[in-house]
Amino acid sequence: MTDPLLAPPKKNPQRRSTSPTRPPEMRSRAALGLTAAAAEGRLALQCCAECATWQYPPRDACVACLSNDLPWVDFPPQGQLLAETTVQTSPRLYYRERVPWRIGTVKTDVGPIILVHIHPDVTPQSAIHLTAHLDRAGQGVLVAMPPQETSNAMDAPLMRELTADPKHRRVLLTDARAENAPAMAKALKDAGAAIIFIGESESWRPYTARAALQEIGVEFMPLDVTDTLSVQTLAGEIGGKTDILINNAQFVRPGGALARGDVGFAQNEMDVNYFGMMRLAQAFGPGMCKRTADEANSAVAWVNLLHIGALANTPEYGAFAASQSAAHSLSQSLRSEFRTAGLRVMNVFSGPTESDWFASLPPPKVLPQSLARDVIKGLQAGVEDVWSGDIAKDVRDRFRRDPKVLERELTFGGDGP
Amino acid sequence: MTRRAPASYNGVVLTAPFSTPYQRYSIDTAHHWIARALKGSLDSVGLKKNQLDGFSVSSFTLFPDSAVGLTQHLGLSTRWLDHVPMGGASAGVALRRAARAVQAGDADIVACVAGDTNHIDSFRQLLSSFSRFAMDASYPYGYGGPNANFALLTDHYMNEFGATRTDFGRICVSQRDNALKNPRAVMQKQLTLDQYLKARLIADPIALFDCVMPCAGAESFLVMHEDKALQLGIPFARLTAAIERHNAHADDPMQLRGGWTLDRDTLWEMAGCTPLDIDVMQTYDDYPVIVMMQFEDLGMCEKGEGPTFVRDHDLTINGNFPHNTSGGQLSAGQAGAAGGFIGMVEALRQVTGQASGTQVKDAARALVTGFGMINYDRGLCTSATVLETGVRA
Repeated sequence: MTDPLLAPPKKNPQRRSTSPTRPPEMRSRAALGLTAAAAEGRLALQCCAECATWQYPPRDACVACLSNDLPWVDFPPQGQLLAETTVQTSPRLYYRERVPWRIGTVKTDVGPIILVHIHPDVTPQSAIHLTAHLDRAGQGVLVAMPPQETSNAMDAPLMRELTADPKHRRVLLTDARAENAPAMAKALKDAGAAIIFIGESESWRPYTARAALQEIGVEFMPLDVTDTLSVQTLAGEIGGKTDILINNAQFVRPGGALARGDVGFAQNEMDVNYFGMMRLAQAFGPGMCKRTADEANSAVAWVNLLHIGALANTPEYGAFAASQSAAHSLSQSLRSEFRTAGLRVMNVFSGPTESDWFASLPPPKVLPQSLARDVIKGLQAGVEDVWSGDIAKDVRDRFRRDPKVLERELTFGGDGP
Repeated sequence: MTRRAPASYNGVVLTAPFSTPYQRYSIDTAHHWIARALKGSLDSVGLKKNQLDGFSVSSFTLFPDSAVGLTQHLGLSTRWLDHVPMGGASAGVALRRAARAVQAGDADIVACVAGDTNHIDSFRQLLSSFSRFAMDASYPYGYGGPNANFALLTDHYMNEFGATRTDFGRICVSQRDNALKNPRAVMQKQLTLDQYLKARLIADPIALFDCVMPCAGAESFLVMHEDKALQLGIPFARLTAAIERHNAHADDPMQLRGGWTLDRDTLWEMAGCTPLDIDVMQTYDDYPVIVMMQFEDLGMCEKGEGPTFVRDHDLTINGNFPHNTSGGQLSAGQAGAAGGFIGMVEALRQVTGQASGTQVKDAARALVTGFGMINYDRGLCTSATVLETGVRA
């Protein structure tokens, strides 16, 4: 059992904030398979396609039969903790500032011997449950958890390093007018967020969800992501206490290029969906990057809500999907820039949501509550990619199978002449 | 499959043991330290470097050079050249190869040298590029380096065999006693068992005095034919047996034994003696748990009886089981790859009567064991060598 994490006290402005440092990031190409699976919350290791031997550390040839065919397969997580130590000193700054640090050797039930981080609730020389997470360097690491769930397990300092849990953290949700805003705010509140700032453009213009938001207890902040000055002004005001930024501002209209007479809507889509993200990043990013090691309520994650059309164009919303591809590409650039500080970029992909502008599409659609739940779960797990709803998962799987086939599937024009 | 018995090392001798003083930090390079040790060996027996025709190097900090670059750097022209990057097993492995080269006539005089520098930041940098498995699967976890790896092995050994910290302490304290008689040793203050037990923890159960002190320095010796040594009229030791093994017992979940167990029968058969006939033993002592493992795996005692063995024996120079007489790496310091040579060079001094302050009386037969390269979760290389007095100084 872990002691529950208490709300951090007000910071002493004279004390030095811990500088952002990271565990080692260097990995071989083979080892990135662990990271790729951990990025979406899965535990996978190499399993030889020829002789079915599990192996670890990652190799370029099977240790049993020398085959090169080594796919990453979901791994049975049971094992036994054989030995452990608590590192008290390390030449690496990241660990030097976080010792004592508990690590150990696990014998997994299916074979491989694995060096792991150990959760404090694990009993010495006992059964463990293996999980994979991304560390502050953005690389996949393996963690020994107790075989049964224990209370407040995610409050342990180790798990706070490996996740982006909103508990006690201050969150900025960029668009109060988005259909998902009340559900998102409610879910954040329930997850223990300390403050929920919510961006509100043109505050003189009424909208129905405002009362619900007020009731949840959000703090309304003037913000228009298409206005650089507005973004900079708000960053000046709350940038120093934004721990999680969730960009839910989105402009969407149906149609591809030919369905529209001019580029007006497309400009709006790019202005909100692509440049909006860039304005937010330029204004909030540097400050958040400096605060990634700042105690329990440190800056920890940047969340983009993206439409699955970012992966492969969905012609009914062809121009909008292009803006999503642009936003997705920018998110990867941000991920690379933020990673040096240990700030995580989480992309939440969904299919059509239950909203006015997707009304013409058939179900299934993603409900605001489902989307909000997936965002929270993603933050609590500390993943990089979340696939919300059946359509997003379906497109993801097809994309991974064959992007060209997916393109054809999505762009069938019906039986023409 | 039955193994062919290895040919005897008949005629192969070791001479000219030389150790540079060790230095905690150095602004000089590995090239500097290796040159110093090589010169020391050659000068001690009155040879010129152009009389060398074989050269073997072990070093971690020569980058971007290897043995080849050193030939031009040091002005050596050899017909046999070797690079042995096997850490704590380097001396045994280098010697085995050099011995066969001398026997076969591929070289007449081979210099085996190991050395490294230690800049302020070199240890940290060495860690970050040590091995691919370490980079992928061990250092991201707490970045404790070898301290953490050996802490896990020590934890497991203690649980399995009931060893206590006091047992490990006996090894460290007796080596410190030995080091006080070696002016080259970095550690020159007495260590008590109480100080050992109260030292600050580094990675439990490993505490400060279980860890070696990284430093700069080099070790060297020459390998040649007995006829050559007699002709030069210099003291020498005979090589009677040598084994090496890599990545043994891969299916053991944790390392409680090393590759010596696969080859020790060969070793004692070649040496024509038993563990009881050894006058002085030099083990690889980074960390003390590995010392116990070497006592067990070479047959000094049964598996799991390492703790009893150290309780029942006095490991100091004048004790009933003289061990790591120069103070070993624990007290003399670990000069990188030279840590793999320190035992061999000291053993050579012992059986040729050149050990001065650390001399074990009438030492005629020495066992030198090596252990190296924690690639991921265990040490992969093991070696062992038996030396006998040829001609004393």
